[in-house]
Amino acid sequence: MSATTLSTTQVYRVYIKATAEAIWTAITDPDWTDRYGYTGRAHYELRPGGRYWVNPGAEFRAEAERRGNILADVIIDGEVLEADPPRKLVTTFRMLMDEQMAAEGFSRITHEIKEIPGGVCSLTVTHELENTPTLALLVSGAQEEYGAGGGHAWVLSDIKSLLETGKSFAT
Amino acid sequence: MFKALADPTRRLLLDQLFERDGRTLTELESGLDMTRFGVMKHLGVLEDAGLIITRKSGREKLHFLNPVPIRLIHDRWIDKYTERQISALADLKTKLEGTT
Repeated sequence: MSATTLSTTQVYRVYIKATAEAIWTAITDPDWTDRYGYTGRAHYELRPGGRYWVNPGAEFRAEAERRGNILADVIIDGEVLEADPPRKLVTTFRMLMDEQMAAEGFSRITHEIKEIPGGVCSLTVTHELENTPTLALLVSGAQEEYGAGGGHAWVLSDIKSLLETGKSFAT
Repeated sequence: MFKALADPTRRLLLDQLFERDGRTLTELESGLDMTRFGVMKHLGVLEDAGLIITRKSGREKLHFLNPVPIRLIHDRWIDKYTERQISALADLKTKLEGTT
């Protein structure tokens, strides 16, 4: 698959048996974000104009260093555009771990949590990737066979596992 | 979800979205020899199964492929997952740089 075959917007949805607050915490609390998907400690200043950044988790950093990659302290950055806990979070997003993706600049991610009767919530991630084709390829999961992880679908699947069973794929 | 996938027309609709996401009903029906209502019905089944998500964009309704339900099946049933994930984390930076 090449970057040109992908839409510039990607939408993903998962249903999770958890409260909206628990899902919100899993997305915005660094102690939680380090436990699923690509890991990493995400920090959000939850107001429009606030900063968003991700530091590599200890394990991720140690593994990278063991392979000769010294990671920067900030591997993803962006700006909080809208924060409405526990329902909606809109941020810009720039991947800094790779020079090409860093040069593409900022994309935009919206997280939406909706309560459904029966103790279930839907979590929808909309990633607008207008000028970020390399990042689009990564988050689509198209490079998973090369070891780049399964993108948003994989991350959402892992959040669901963690919240419902207490365990993520890595634990 | 398996029932939704069991129909060839619905698989064709998903294939079209895989090729290019975010299509309108008009674009999707142009590739099929079927009435608009028939296509809408199939899209409804796919949406109910969580396999597609619709978003409004101005006056248009856009259809997006949602791979998460298929991913969940994959993650639960495929073995050696944990092992692969750890190597994925470790190799992420190297591989990304290698694909430029």
